[in-house]
Amino acid sequence: MNKFIVSPSPHTHSPESTQSIMRDVLIALTPAMLVSILASGWSVLALICVSVVACVLLEFLIQKYWLKVPVTVTDLSAAVTGCLLALNLPPNAPWWIAVIGAIVAIGVAKMTFGGLGQNIFNPALVARVFLLVSFPVIMTSWDDAGSMFGIVDAFSGATPLGAVKEGLKNGATLSQLTADNLTFSQQFFFNAGGSAGELSAVALLLGFLYLLCRRVIKATIPVTILLTVFVVSGIFWLANPERFTNPVFNIFTGGLLLGSIFMATDYVTSPMTTKGQIIFGIGIGLITVFVRYFGSYPEGVSFAILIMNCTVPLLNKYCKPRRFGEVKK
Amino acid sequence: MKKTFRIGGVHPHDNKISAEAAIEVFPAIETAYVSMAQHLGAPATPVVAVGDKVLVGQVIAEPSGFISGYVHSPVSGTVKKIEPRADIAGNMVPHIEITVEGDEWMENIDRTPDIIREIPYTAEEIIAKVKNAGIVGLGGASFPTHVKLAPPKDKKAECLILNGTECEPYLTSDDRIMRERPEEILLGGVIMMKALGVTRGYVGIEENKPAAIASMTEAAKAYPQIEVVTLKKRYPQGGEKQLIDAVIRRQVPSGGLPIETGAVVQNVGTSLAVYEAVQKNKPLIDNVITVTGKCLPVQHNYKVRIGTPMSKILEVAGGVPEKAAKLISGGPMMGRAIANPDAATVKANGAILLLTEEETRRRPESNCIRCSKCASACPMGLEPWLLNKLGRAGLHAELEQERVYDCIECGCCSFTCPAGIPLLDVIRISKAEVMKIMRSRPKK
Amino acid sequence: MTGTILITVACLLALGLLFAIVLYFVAQKFKVEEDPRIGTVESILPGANCGGCGQAGCHAFAENVVKAPSMEGFFCPVGGNPVMTRIAEALGRAVEEKAPMVAVMRCNGTLASRARTNEYDGYASCKVMASLYAGDTGCKYGCLGKGDCEAACKFDAIHVDPEKGIAVVDEDKCTACGACVKACPKGILELRNKGFKNRRVFVSCINRDKGALTRKACGAGCIGCGKCAKTCPFDAITVENNVAYIDFTKCKMCRKCVEVCPTGAIHEVNFPPKPPKTEEKPHEENV
Repeated sequence: MNKFIVSPSPHTHSPESTQSIMRDVLIALTPAMLVSILASGWSVLALICVSVVACVLLEFLIQKYWLKVPVTVTDLSAAVTGCLLALNLPPNAPWWIAVIGAIVAIGVAKMTFGGLGQNIFNPALVARVFLLVSFPVIMTSWDDAGSMFGIVDAFSGATPLGAVKEGLKNGATLSQLTADNLTFSQQFFFNAGGSAGELSAVALLLGFLYLLCRRVIKATIPVTILLTVFVVSGIFWLANPERFTNPVFNIFTGGLLLGSIFMATDYVTSPMTTKGQIIFGIGIGLITVFVRYFGSYPEGVSFAILIMNCTVPLLNKYCKPRRFGEVKK
Repeated sequence: MKKTFRIGGVHPHDNKISAEAAIEVFPAIETAYVSMAQHLGAPATPVVAVGDKVLVGQVIAEPSGFISGYVHSPVSGTVKKIEPRADIAGNMVPHIEITVEGDEWMENIDRTPDIIREIPYTAEEIIAKVKNAGIVGLGGASFPTHVKLAPPKDKKAECLILNGTECEPYLTSDDRIMRERPEEILLGGVIMMKALGVTRGYVGIEENKPAAIASMTEAAKAYPQIEVVTLKKRYPQGGEKQLIDAVIRRQVPSGGLPIETGAVVQNVGTSLAVYEAVQKNKPLIDNVITVTGKCLPVQHNYKVRIGTPMSKILEVAGGVPEKAAKLISGGPMMGRAIANPDAATVKANGAILLLTEEETRRRPESNCIRCSKCASACPMGLEPWLLNKLGRAGLHAELEQERVYDCIECGCCSFTCPAGIPLLDVIRISKAEVMKIMRSRPKK
Repeated sequence: MTGTILITVACLLALGLLFAIVLYFVAQKFKVEEDPRIGTVESILPGANCGGCGQAGCHAFAENVVKAPSMEGFFCPVGGNPVMTRIAEALGRAVEEKAPMVAVMRCNGTLASRARTNEYDGYASCKVMASLYAGDTGCKYGCLGKGDCEAACKFDAIHVDPEKGIAVVDEDKCTACGACVKACPKGILELRNKGFKNRRVFVSCINRDKGALTRKACGAGCIGCGKCAKTCPFDAITVENNVAYIDFTKCKMCRKCVEVCPTGAIHEVNFPPKPPKTEEKPHEENV
């Protein structure tokens, strides 16, 4: 007679695992990575590699030799953090920037809180903001890194948002600034200049579509963020088109897509219920627009997400799912 | 658009590999072990003594409380022992052991295949007949059917819903009876509608059983008061609350009884048993059991006398393959693992499922990544991740506030958790503890 | 520049003063009068908040014992007699001495003596496992080895031995708070008198099945044969539901029962080794 297994129900399990989810996120990030490699050369690939290896290695070392807990790098979450971190860096950033970022992301933002699932803030974003504050020059300048195959004439200088902000400060009007700035198709396909992951909206949307199809994420958070940004910046733009950038420009620049698709939807640091997710998304959208229009930084997505990350426990506490049997009354 | 319930749910692969196996009558057994605890509630009290001769269908035990039931002899022969015997979980339950001699039935049982359409009985007579036939809900909960057919005075039944969803993967016994005996099921429904005093009836069937839908729809042409409703494939549609929501769009209030929506749900197997009991005087002495599993070369749907040891069924079905690592009584989502294969079948057994190591082995638990898939999957709109956390900390007041008592133990949360957290294991035990505390409180 | 600094400092000082005054008055108004003896008693208590006394923690114990007219019904199992004497002294009351207790493990179905009949693959909790089924051995009463007692113990005094597969009490650390007794879904653990020189004799089995069934399931179980009860000169042993139980208030620790037990289910602890003849625990030969 066989010695049978006995366990409480259910006796079967969906094929989805933490690892398969993280793998899907990596696959969804691939188009964006490819575009940035094509646009800015092998240095980006090197940057991605350094960042991923640093993150994974760091998590391994911390778990094995410091915390002495089971090593869980095979769940690929550290690799995802590494990729996101690299995509948040300027394409020509020195490699040690990625290593410092990895130390902040994995060491400070993730492992101090207890590892995967316990962190309050998105690790990659914490690292990005840390680097942005500590190394503002490196993090905001985009030298011509030499594009591969001459696809784009990568321009040196600031990001579109940075350029606009700079220009407005110097007293120029928007129509003057955008004339020599970007066309829509440029924004959509090749938003030259910007963090590695911000180059192509189309690549990011492709990843978004993949994640939706695989049911890894729901559209709630990204759509609410984008809608909020569109509507709020639309109101401002209609009020004063010479002072405020237009909504389409706002959506396709400055990592809003990268942030809303890949960072704001991070399971660990986003609310659990649809209601909570909508509030979360609106919050991110509002803060982003306000930082962009009125803050001293040209870019607000990272701050917006990190600030809204703080509200997640509260949102989880007060936004309960619709219970069965509560339809009427 | 096909109907379905409105909150949560998952889509496990349905694996209905035994759907094409017609119902076979299981060969005669040598000894039957009839459990006294085949229904929810108090175990029945034996009314026969060792050495007594019994016939098929003879009462051998009587109810010992309001929620209890009659038990009939599934075989003819001599009572050999009345003593505790291990059930599928290995717990000792009183059993009556009967040595089989021939196959002699009680005289009043009509064994012809003729369909009797006249229903000359009053509601009270029907309920008495159902009670005397020892019929329990065959959907799994084994709730005595006659109790459900007589709702409390202050509640009014408005419709009857026959549950033919069979949303559990693998199971096909309901599918088979709906294909093979549709009219008798509908007649059972008509009888129960008469007992309840309602004029509207539904049969909910999931879309993955087109043959059953076709045969039931065909048979229902003669019974315009019963409508066959095709439902989307979605687990746990067969849950009483989910089915009511899917079919008549009403939700049972939290903590309330299903009757508060005006609906009474009965399984199609129960309906068939009711038909046989009322029209043919046949008590519940056998049921259809699916024997299935991908590791089995041949799948079966057997009509088995109650009290047959499961090991015997497996032996007749071709033996347990080396690869089988887990035996389950019921489906893979809510079935119970069989710890003791020598246990005898009871009224509510619907299947014996064999799973291999790869199919059933739990994966190691890792950190919760707060993906909220469990909360999206929960058909009761609960937050399993939170209940799990509270349950492990033993915070009963908070668990009650988060309505752990609403959990229907469908297993969607554990099924869907990518981190392999045994959510339901923890929630089930917390629920039991909270319910115990709630019951111990003085009622207002 | 200095003006700004001065204004800032002044503002902060003013604010600080204001809050201090407000806080002082609020504290006066909402002051809770507490019997100072409660604090004294609480400082004597071990502060483990284990709940072994039946109160909701050490503070609740202190509160209630001060309110109560006598020491009756109050006993801190962790601190034991020394602590209770000190509390009684502090309150100026008389104290009754209580015999020290210890948790004993009444299952000896180790992996060696109790064959596994199936494999449990669920949440590692005895409570969950016990609610699901009888257990992963032929014995329905024995230790499940998932360590609910270990989790409940605040004193690190009980552990599941991975080699034996059952829980083992560390009697030096055990304070007899009874947490493990409550945690065990099978009711295997029992608080017994620690005994003279920590010596105890007890039946390490609670299997209520008939002898033959017990024997089949486990090599070290009590089969309820009753030899011990017949041998006992002090009438301390009763056999009920096919299992023997030694009443520790009557047992004089003559150890005659240990010798006659055919399965070695009766354990003796902390006795000096006997002459070689019946020395070791016989259950190991019985496997």
